[in-house]
Amino acid sequence: MSMENALPISHRQRLWLYALGALVLLFLIAPSVIIVIMSFSGSTLLQFPPEQWSLRWYESYFGSVEWRDATIVSVKVAVMTMIVATPLGTAAAYAINAGTLRLTGAINALLTASLIIPVILIGIGTFFLYARIGLNNTLTGLVIAHTVQALPLVVLTVVSGLRSYDMNQEKVARSLGANRFSAFLQVTMPQIRFSIVSGALFAFITSFDEVVVSLFISGGETTTLTRRMFNALRDQIDPTIAAISTCLIVLSIVLLSAAQLFGRGR
Amino acid sequence: MSMQSAILPHAGARTLNADALHADARRETFGLLALLSPGLLLVFAVIIVPIGWLFWLSLFDETGSLSASNYARFFQQPSYIKTFLTTFKVAFAVTGACVVLGYPLAYMLSQLPRRAASICLILVILPFWTSVLVRTYAWLVILQRKGLINSWLIDLGVISQPLPLANNFAGVIIGMTHIMLPFLVLPLYASMKTIDIDCLRAGMNLGASPAATFRQIFFPLSLPGLASGVVIVFVLCLGFFVTPALMGGGKVIMWAMRIEQTTSLYSNWGAGAALGVVLLAVTLALLGLFQWLLGARATGVWSSR
Repeated sequence: MSMENALPISHRQRLWLYALGALVLLFLIAPSVIIVIMSFSGSTLLQFPPEQWSLRWYESYFGSVEWRDATIVSVKVAVMTMIVATPLGTAAAYAINAGTLRLTGAINALLTASLIIPVILIGIGTFFLYARIGLNNTLTGLVIAHTVQALPLVVLTVVSGLRSYDMNQEKVARSLGANRFSAFLQVTMPQIRFSIVSGALFAFITSFDEVVVSLFISGGETTTLTRRMFNALRDQIDPTIAAISTCLIVLSIVLLSAAQLFGRGR
Repeated sequence: MSMQSAILPHAGARTLNADALHADARRETFGLLALLSPGLLLVFAVIIVPIGWLFWLSLFDETGSLSASNYARFFQQPSYIKTFLTTFKVAFAVTGACVVLGYPLAYMLSQLPRRAASICLILVILPFWTSVLVRTYAWLVILQRKGLINSWLIDLGVISQPLPLANNFAGVIIGMTHIMLPFLVLPLYASMKTIDIDCLRAGMNLGASPAATFRQIFFPLSLPGLASGVVIVFVLCLGFFVTPALMGGGKVIMWAMRIEQTTSLYSNWGAGAALGVVLLAVTLALLGLFQWLLGARATGVWSSR
């Protein structure tokens, strides 16, 4: 084993710590595992482990027009949010990283405000504003609201990518005659593309999983998947939701692995 | 001669250069502001304007005249006071549970060899990026009256009546602890990784027992990370909506749920806005106090992956 954390304490003396840590990890991961397994159950009763297996809950998910429409809305909104939030966040991160602006602290605080401000307040505020300008129950409204939620994640991810990049390379390109934009595109962006892609994936998943704001500003034909799930959970526990949840968990795993993979490509 | 011509215009060139540099710096600033403007504009339009508007609304009563009645309600109506008490009770309980569960986990992660730690870390990050709805649904399935835990315990003969685990205070605490735990573990782990192992070695070389080394060296050094985790968890708990709304069974009314009820159900925007404004003020005050005391930002959790 590496010497990096070799204290004169044996692993055996630490068994209690490992046991405790493993229990907490189990607490974190068990609910997702249980849901994935139960989504393949053949019975309407909640049994674990299930006595018979089937794909009926997946059939009821993909076979239902309502669930399918809601899924399509969510995918559309998430893709558009990603497309809008990524360039906006990258541009802002570039400006913040330059560090020459005064009030960088205030700008940072403003851009990351949506992480801190209680979501419920953003929800009723957006609903109130949209009611005046007619953006409630529209895709545009959802994309704008989700972009604001996703922006801080793109900014933070890209800023941390830029931190480990030497901006002098871009200066060299400019001194050799490239204009600023092409210097960024040809020299800087290829080297921070992993952070940008990670940021984009985080933007996608933030939008796709967003519940509270969508609860207020989506409805009718633009009901998002999470809004429909929330309402379904309020009424009764339908095992179809286990199938949908499994799809969402798989989506998280895929996007997160992609982000990790890209992050390591540096 | 050539020397002279190089030196003589020097004084003039300096001011010329200064002007050019100045103009260049200004252009640079404008360029950077232009890059920031779309993002800032969006945040301004979707967050700052509506919240300002809500604040304005909260200053008027139902008849439309300027009054503090929306705020006076907080102290007069027992249902509001009960909501605040519930909210703080839940926030303290969840934060406490997160510390009890999260500290040992972060400590273990920081002591494991790198490979093992990164595998375990995935198990923390994955729930962090899984939908809150999915995780709340999972806990409903596990904890409800005919849920997994109750049917297991009844099958095993431990209990004869199902335990009330969901749709009450306990359910909300369990569900929210699960959602908040990564918010505590991730910053705490990041700060524990920066503790110099040589400090611990020195302590042990000088004859301290492992327990004393932990208590006197490691634990105090981990406190700033713990503090930032505690603050972010507490603040997020205060405004949390989804889990208490789904797992409280209508009995646990938290601050955010009261806001939703007041605006959506009773359409009393002034009262709802006042609740929101105070929630925001409490949140910002706690974060500001934290930043002032420790000089660190609590948003670190989102960039510490």
